[in-house]
Amino acid sequence: MQQSQDIETHTISVLVDNEPGVLARVIGLFSGRGYNIDSLTVSETEHQKHQSRITVVTTGTPVVIEQIKNQLERLVPVHRVMDLTVMGQPLERELALIKVAGKGEKRVEALRLADAFRAQVIDATVEHFVFEITGRSKKVEQFVVLMEPLGLVEVARTGVASIMRGKNST
Amino acid sequence: MAREMTGAEIVIKALVDQGVDVIFGYPGGAVLPIYDVLFKQNKLRHVLVRHEQGAVHAAEGYARSTGKPGCVLVTSGPGATNAVTGLTDALMDSIPIVCLTGQVATHLIGNDAFQEADVVGITRPCTKHNYLVKDVNRLAKVMHEAFFVATNGRPGPVVVDIPKDVQFAAGKYAGPDNSGHKTYRPQKKGDQQAIRKAVDIISKAKRPVLYTGGGVINSGPVASKLLREFVKITGIPITSTLMGLGAYPASGKQWLGMLGMHGTYEANNAMHDCDVMINIGARFDDRITGRIDAFSPGSTKIHVDIDASSINKNIMVDLPIIGDCAFVLEEMIRIWKARSIPPDKKARAKWYNQIDEWRARDCLKFKSDKNVIMPQYAVQRLYELTKGKDTYISTEVGQHQMWAAQYYHFEEPNRWMTSGGLGTMGYGLPAAVGIQMAHPKSLVIDIAGEASVLMNMQELSTAIQYRLPIKVFILNNQYMGMVRQWQELLHGGRYSESYTEALPDFVKLAEAYGGVGIRAEKPDELDDAIKEMISVDKPVLFDCVVDRTANCFPMIPSGAAHNEMLLGDEGVKDGVSEEGKILV
Repeated sequence: MQQSQDIETHTISVLVDNEPGVLARVIGLFSGRGYNIDSLTVSETEHQKHQSRITVVTTGTPVVIEQIKNQLERLVPVHRVMDLTVMGQPLERELALIKVAGKGEKRVEALRLADAFRAQVIDATVEHFVFEITGRSKKVEQFVVLMEPLGLVEVARTGVASIMRGKNST
Repeated sequence: MAREMTGAEIVIKALVDQGVDVIFGYPGGAVLPIYDVLFKQNKLRHVLVRHEQGAVHAAEGYARSTGKPGCVLVTSGPGATNAVTGLTDALMDSIPIVCLTGQVATHLIGNDAFQEADVVGITRPCTKHNYLVKDVNRLAKVMHEAFFVATNGRPGPVVVDIPKDVQFAAGKYAGPDNSGHKTYRPQKKGDQQAIRKAVDIISKAKRPVLYTGGGVINSGPVASKLLREFVKITGIPITSTLMGLGAYPASGKQWLGMLGMHGTYEANNAMHDCDVMINIGARFDDRITGRIDAFSPGSTKIHVDIDASSINKNIMVDLPIIGDCAFVLEEMIRIWKARSIPPDKKARAKWYNQIDEWRARDCLKFKSDKNVIMPQYAVQRLYELTKGKDTYISTEVGQHQMWAAQYYHFEEPNRWMTSGGLGTMGYGLPAAVGIQMAHPKSLVIDIAGEASVLMNMQELSTAIQYRLPIKVFILNNQYMGMVRQWQELLHGGRYSESYTEALPDFVKLAEAYGGVGIRAEKPDELDDAIKEMISVDKPVLFDCVVDRTANCFPMIPSGAAHNEMLLGDEGVKDGVSEEGKILV
């Protein structure tokens, strides 16, 4: 049987027991087996059940993506592995904090672009802004690139959080 | 009912409740409370090894020869790190092990305390799962869970790291319950539709071959029984990996011998030319497949495995069935019988004719010598002189291991213990200790090489202490034979560091330990020496001085396909491609 060698990007959501070391198990698996992590977010999402949701954006051939899911499935504290990219068009959002310093025309331009991208100013002096921007990773990426010539100082990004559309739980 | 005990008592109680009768271990500061409880009871036997690696291999030998989980108890820090090779070995070969490690007191964790190591961190990638128990009230539950995880689904090693203060603390004990696990629920029954489809494909096959592996052994004796029945009713020829030897009897008419890098000509050619391949409990390991893009190019592949991550990992298959092979085989047999479709007799006869042609090449023949013991001959004689007996075989790793697989023939499962996945030199002697503990009356032989066996030679002392009459049959060629063979094939005969100077006198070494040493140097003295070895009721080191430069054939050189086997020293020269050289 032949399989496609094309590299695909998938968003995988992993529901795990929030016990010590569970994140190390997941990332150890990725590094140990040579898989890619483009983005990783993790937080306890169901406090009563002590469950966390890990969202991993990864790339690989379809065979590798399949392997990643199977390998994740067999970790003992993993409840469920969901390939959101396969399940449909998931909602994906990322939040970034972006520090820009500058004066004069550059400063005005930065503010104008922030407005166009619906980024909020959450900290400012006469010499800098910190913008908060939310959106798909591409949008965040684009905004960061635009800020570069306007005095970009540094960026902090959360990584992708993702959920399926519609009323049902995954 | 829950009642109060110390952590150390909980550990021992849980082991006893899990049916453990032997534990292999080595004491140290961080496990003293557990050893104190061991001292005060008599339900659990402890075997004091001489090195923690030996403890894990002994537990593996115990597990593989009994089908029960093997148990290990070691101290913190170096005790645990010494166990890592054994744990990795058990992970690669899917052997159920529960390894208890002592840890420094909880308040000292992270302080670089004496004999502290991050054991859960170190063992995370080399165990199926591991636990650090910081609360004594969770200890009983974790202990039982460890056994569940180690033995269910694809088996593997589980580490439970227990800080010393938790061993002293008082807590509640609860016995095992059968409620299963909240997240770990491996799929045992295969998908019915897939199984029906498999039977359909198999019934139409003209040149089918069964390729079975360690999964059949791990599934238990029932799986081997079912496999034999399936082979009988379908009439399909069968080969097996190194790990699966014994599931189908080597004396069976449909047996092709082992496949893979040092497999038989008939097995590998059958794999290459078949039209339907039925893989049961094997994982398309690189020792099996040879060059991936030339692997069995024309076949429809069916793959039965309990671990979904084995599917399509190395080889894309047409029909995966995820489940325990005993369940799947039982269903396949039931459906096959209900349908009663006779196979295409003409095609099948043609296939067996072809197989007989391959068999006629007699790929395992070797040049015998009157003056020098050929290693193949030594294993042959060992087999002939022990085959009627209740025998268990373990091996070290290297040429002798392959010769054992080729020339020692297994009729039953769980009789063959060898480090397949990790290829751990030093495995066989401690494994023999574990096997003999489980089967005190049986004949337990470690077929060894003189280099490998020195890696865990200290365990001979364990064998002496517990009066375990293990037989260590050393094929002594003074070389790391497989390294030497590869240097000959790949590196222009530059034998870099593969010759061992200053080997010990194994006869004297055996005597120094309190065992018996036997040496055979000539073919005509071999039989009597082997008989003597069998009759001795003590551990034996048998120094079998063999031809120093014999190579292990057949061989699929790295980067070559199944039908490009080397059958002997002729043709070796241009045997390995440039791409092949980089492969191990």
